[in-house]
Amino acid sequence: MTASAVPALKIQRRSLYPGWFYAPAAVVYSVLFLAPTLASLYFSLTRWTLFDATFIGFDNFAQFFREPFLIQGLVNTVIYAVITSGLKVVVGMMLAVMLTSQIMARGYLRSVIFFPVLVSTIGVGMTFTVLMHPTLGMINQSLALIGIKGPGWLVDPKLALFSVALVDVWKGVGLATVIYIAGLVAIPKDYYEAARIDGATKLQNFFYVTLPLSRPATATVITLSFIGGLRTFDLIWAMTKGGPGFASDTVASVIYKQYQAGFYGLSTAGNVVLFILIAVLVVPLTMFLNRKQGFE
Amino acid sequence: MTKTKLFALTGASLLGLMMTANAVNAQQSGYLSFLIDNGPQSVAVAEAWVAAFTEQNPDVTIDIEVRPGGGEGDNIVKTRLATGAMADVFFYNSGSLFQAINPVQNLLPLTNEPFQAAIQDSFKSVVSAGGEVYGAPFAPAMGGGIFYNKPIYEELGLEIPKTWDEFMANNEKIKAAGKTAVIQTYGETWTSQLFVLADFYNVLTEVPDFAEKFTAGEAKFATTPAAVRGFEKLQAVYDGGYLNADFGAATYPDGLRMVATGEGAHYPMLTFGIGAIAETVPDHLADVGFFAQPGDNAETNGLTTWMPDSIYVAKSTTSPDLAKAFVAFVASPEGCDIRNEAVGATGPYMIDGCTLPADVPPAVSDMLPYFQEGGHNGPALEFLSPIKGPALEQITVEVGSGIRQAADGAALYDEDVRKQAQQLGLAGW
Repeated sequence: MTASAVPALKIQRRSLYPGWFYAPAAVVYSVLFLAPTLASLYFSLTRWTLFDATFIGFDNFAQFFREPFLIQGLVNTVIYAVITSGLKVVVGMMLAVMLTSQIMARGYLRSVIFFPVLVSTIGVGMTFTVLMHPTLGMINQSLALIGIKGPGWLVDPKLALFSVALVDVWKGVGLATVIYIAGLVAIPKDYYEAARIDGATKLQNFFYVTLPLSRPATATVITLSFIGGLRTFDLIWAMTKGGPGFASDTVASVIYKQYQAGFYGLSTAGNVVLFILIAVLVVPLTMFLNRKQGFE
Repeated sequence: MTKTKLFALTGASLLGLMMTANAVNAQQSGYLSFLIDNGPQSVAVAEAWVAAFTEQNPDVTIDIEVRPGGGEGDNIVKTRLATGAMADVFFYNSGSLFQAINPVQNLLPLTNEPFQAAIQDSFKSVVSAGGEVYGAPFAPAMGGGIFYNKPIYEELGLEIPKTWDEFMANNEKIKAAGKTAVIQTYGETWTSQLFVLADFYNVLTEVPDFAEKFTAGEAKFATTPAAVRGFEKLQAVYDGGYLNADFGAATYPDGLRMVATGEGAHYPMLTFGIGAIAETVPDHLADVGFFAQPGDNAETNGLTTWMPDSIYVAKSTTSPDLAKAFVAFVASPEGCDIRNEAVGATGPYMIDGCTLPADVPPAVSDMLPYFQEGGHNGPALEFLSPIKGPALEQITVEVGSGIRQAADGAALYDEDVRKQAQQLGLAGW
């Protein structure tokens, strides 16, 4: 932008839209977003009963970080986010490559893969809870038919978090696939032609043309699914409620349990921790992903 | 609630109340909302009471609202009370959970109501705060212990265990016979707490002042051997391999069905489960017996008892007189009779003048001796101390599925309890 263009643009804007046009949006934003955010920062420093709040400094945060299952919740959250976003990238990319190639019933397959995205998360969670029942569930009964004793998907503390993450991938991969399909279709055909003239194999095509040129789509998928994974709650709550014990607790489910127990100050402190956690992980991630974007 | 809203909502009913207050025959009129938990028994009995009450007072309308139980239910009750949006009358726990809903601020005192004269003092003490009584019992007292399947006991020639060692010996024989010895249902986490909570009578026999010291922050579960025993017992049934294969996913109704039909021999539970058994598998009601959770000494064998849940009036109610009249009706011998008819008898009542029918199920008659002359019983910890840690049910799932050792679980629970004590603003924490 040149120096002379700036003032001209500003004058034009002023004459077109008076500043107070912003007022309604600003009021709504401040009342519904800014004020609660600032209030929650204050209440996270108190012991709060909804009637009266006793200021206790950083005790809530100290409490939050002292408890073993709260720390485990933090670790689980990051594990969950990494697994789900990683798998969504890999599986979503594979499905997108398949669904942009010339295969039979392509339109039908595209809708089938997108369909789980449209179903309610709670509904998906409850359905899979039934399917994953250790003795009566359809998954383990099918495995039993071919002589495999299926594990306790949701009741084995080592497996529970991964089982929920897999269901999350099943439900969310359709969206990643759609984003990738859009990204792949946008790649100009010239590159593939040039590669073919150079004698590239299909594999080389994928690794040297498709993969680098779909980086914007990858950045979007990673960012969306990583944030989604970090603040995941509904699926975990519908399937395990953080159990067995605390094995699949995430920050969001821990916060909810504190709120259920009436520890309003402590749960607000947890929300502040979650806010910071997301900011600390996602801001550098998006900066990294966007920095290299568009180098072609 | 604001004044305008109050008048807008109930102008008509207030007028009605003022008129009836002068009438000799105190027939009631007006509107009440009534919040209950979604247990099948609560729904059945609440509907029966509302039907009977509105038949006697045709000008009264009572709307029943249903909420979930457990932690979700606590959440709803606390939030609605805190925001002044509670129903006029509602069911909720007595004891420590009652203390956690800030009764002095949120509830209408019922201390001077005439019906309180017939209610036993032991119950009043668990619905009192700041010198006022806030509730009335709407159910019989309960015992926490172990349901057992009578046909399995007869088939294997087993005796009712008086000590924990005898109980474990029975479990071994049942396992050897190829049956499930102990049913656990961690699919509904609250059911996992029974071995710990129902052991409290045994704690009291060894450490009589545990509750006071616990409230004061002086006694801890982890450092009191008698109190760790409950966690150890929970771990022992897992370590022994006595549990049903799907213990991690089974639910409370599954557990009741299994112990009634003989799919398992023992199910640790509160006796209010009898009502649900009568409702879901009535043909097997006579197959279910009950005994107290055994301690280490046969001499002192006794039952940990639970006070019934209570019916309360929210301070935000717009028709306090009608609400009190309804509570008085529920807590009367007539109310008990309606209850007996609707859901059957599940234990002794806390109201003078209330009687049990002659033909009670065996699980109920097994419980009665603990309450009678010569029987031993003691209240659960939640009726002696206002503190109950909210994460106990997750900790007991861990200990009961071999994820965490008993001593470790007890120590973790002490941490959890500290949060609750601080939130309640108790001294010494």
